[in-house]
Amino acid sequence: MRAMVYRGPYRVRVEEKDHPAIEHPNDAIVRVSRAAICGSDLHLYHGMMPDTRVGMTFGHEFIGVVDEVGPSVQHLQVGDRVMVPFNVFCGTCFYCARGLYSNCHNVNPNATAVGGIYGYSHTCGGYDGGQAEFVRVPFADVGPSKIPEWMEDEDAVLLTDALATGYFGAQLGDIAEGDVVIVFGAGPVGLFAAKSSWLMGAGRVIVIDHLEYRLEKARTFAHAETYNFTEYDDIVVHMKKITEFLGADVAVDAVGAEADGNLLQHVSSSKLKLQGGSPVALNWAIDSVRKGGTVSVIGAYGPLFSAVKLGDAMNKGLTLRMNQCPVKRQWPRLFEHVRNGYLKPSDIVTHRIPLEHIAEGYHIFSAKLDGCIKPLIVPSA
Amino acid sequence: MTETWTYGPAKPPLPESTSVLRERIPGWGADLDPKDRPSVPKLQFDPHLSGAHWEFPERQPEKWPRERSIEHAFLTPVFGTSCPPRGLSGRIRRLAYARYSEGRTAHWLLLLGADRVDTLGSTLWSFASRHPDNLLTETGVLSELSHHGLSSRLGRKRTDTIHHPLDPLIVAGPWLLVAGVIYKALRRVARTRTG
Ligand SMILES: NC(=O)c1ccc[n+]([C@@H]2O[C@H](COP(=O)([O-])OP(=O)(O)OC[C@H]3O[C@@H](n4cnc5c(N)ncnc54)[C@H](O)[C@@H]3O)[C@@H](O)[C@H]2O)c1
Ligand SMILES: [Zn+2]
Ligand SMILES: [Zn+2]
Repeated sequence: MRAMVYRGPYRVRVEEKDHPAIEHPNDAIVRVSRAAICGSDLHLYHGMMPDTRVGMTFGHEFIGVVDEVGPSVQHLQVGDRVMVPFNVFCGTCFYCARGLYSNCHNVNPNATAVGGIYGYSHTCGGYDGGQAEFVRVPFADVGPSKIPEWMEDEDAVLLTDALATGYFGAQLGDIAEGDVVIVFGAGPVGLFAAKSSWLMGAGRVIVIDHLEYRLEKARTFAHAETYNFTEYDDIVVHMKKITEFLGADVAVDAVGAEADGNLLQHVSSSKLKLQGGSPVALNWAIDSVRKGGTVSVIGAYGPLFSAVKLGDAMNKGLTLRMNQCPVKRQWPRLFEHVRNGYLKPSDIVTHRIPLEHIAEGYHIFSAKLDGCIKPLIVPSA
Repeated sequence: MTETWTYGPAKPPLPESTSVLRERIPGWGADLDPKDRPSVPKLQFDPHLSGAHWEFPERQPEKWPRERSIEHAFLTPVFGTSCPPRGLSGRIRRLAYARYSEGRTAHWLLLLGADRVDTLGSTLWSFASRHPDNLLTETGVLSELSHHGLSSRLGRKRTDTIHHPLDPLIVAGPWLLVAGVIYKALRRVARTRTG
């Protein structure tokens, strides 16, 4: 089969690879119909995530058709159209039994501090991902869902991560009616977090980025008020000014490890790998929120330490909430919101790239060229 | 008036009332009640919700010694089988797993080091294979021409363009290094011949 493989930092190509096999009785093999590149893939692509091996296939956002099932699979049949959450999870460990699917303890031998994620390095379990023609899906009775008849493919693929994560990020903010919410990052995750904040009753939603075309999307798609941080000497002071010097009730970090805005922080983490991630946006979130407020962290960081301003967070009595998104838990409610027309996830898709051209897709998304917000990957077009 | 809000007890007023927001934004307040939010509260005990028909999953066969964190009691019942460790990078990875927990910086630095060794080794190795690495196509830089590389950057207020020139260095750095070493070695050989 054809599959994207990692060759080293900033280098990927498409290769002929062995067809994935059933390795466990509850596995399924899925023929991928749509996949996506995520901001998280950029951390791998840039070589930031420890134990990212040459030859691995990335891709944790994908949908497809069941091609083969293991002997113990009961809920799926060959031919079913399925959407697969980015988390690999067992359904019954201590964490899964409590709904923390993203923290499953039975799927990642390489680390206890993170669950299993498709195509996301060995640190996240060593599973090949869905930027390929076929992919192995463990725990087929637990992870995937059949795509509802009425749902479009491009909406379904965004529900496997970006939309679910943004929605989850807004929940982590504990938003109360009329709260002022600042979302750092106008990528797919930030756009969805901003949009979801309104569903939870926010009174004002502010989005910060430095890419004008994404801020434009934040205004039109997420109805948000936007600021380009490069236009201000100090974005934190500006946030204080526009909130009567109180600060926001809630701030969401939807940027993660490769935040810009401070060259030293960015270069020391993204380029030199001296810290787990550049906490520029996280520190801005901590400093922009009011005392007693909440910071929701859905931006991803590596396992090394990062220079986070914990002193400010402590002195301000902040609540810091964070996790990888337990995707499947979000679905029943999100399906309703999509069906009601409150959320139209595919509105943010800008590029549809054949699998064979995936190297260009990565470059365009990474360098933020051509107005790229969300690139989808189309195998065997 | 600006100063008094924060320095007194009331919350500053919002630019728009909730009735205006409800009009302007589809679905505003649909999840106002925390009961409608799927991840509230964080822990919701329900071992049957997931559709699993096992209490502890069957074990996937271990076809080669699978490296694992020493913070785990045993090999997890299910695991990924992409890219088994191999060569020098594989030896470094095995050491990182066998010796250091996830709490130790050495664990992660060894793994990152192994990643670099893996890249260099795999790239060199590829030249002896039928599928040699190709910097031009693998980096996707050709899309700079087809997808507005210049106009996406110039005259925009974006700040990441400052460090974009570092990217080619990261990609080409190891190659230049190897080329440099070979060049020096050749020069030395040439010198000893002539000298
Ligand atoms: N928690 C989860 O489950 C989960 C799931 C998916 C993605 N993520 C993480 O969420 C983050 C965002 O993902 P994405 O797909 O939207 O990525 P993306 O790269 O498309 O978006 C990041 C955005 O942040 C902007 N940015 C950079 N520095 C900034 C700063 N200092 N302040 C404000 N904005 C800044 C960038 O310009 C970009 O628009 C990533 O770190 C990703 O790994 C987490
Ligand atoms: Zn993702
Ligand atoms: Zn589990």
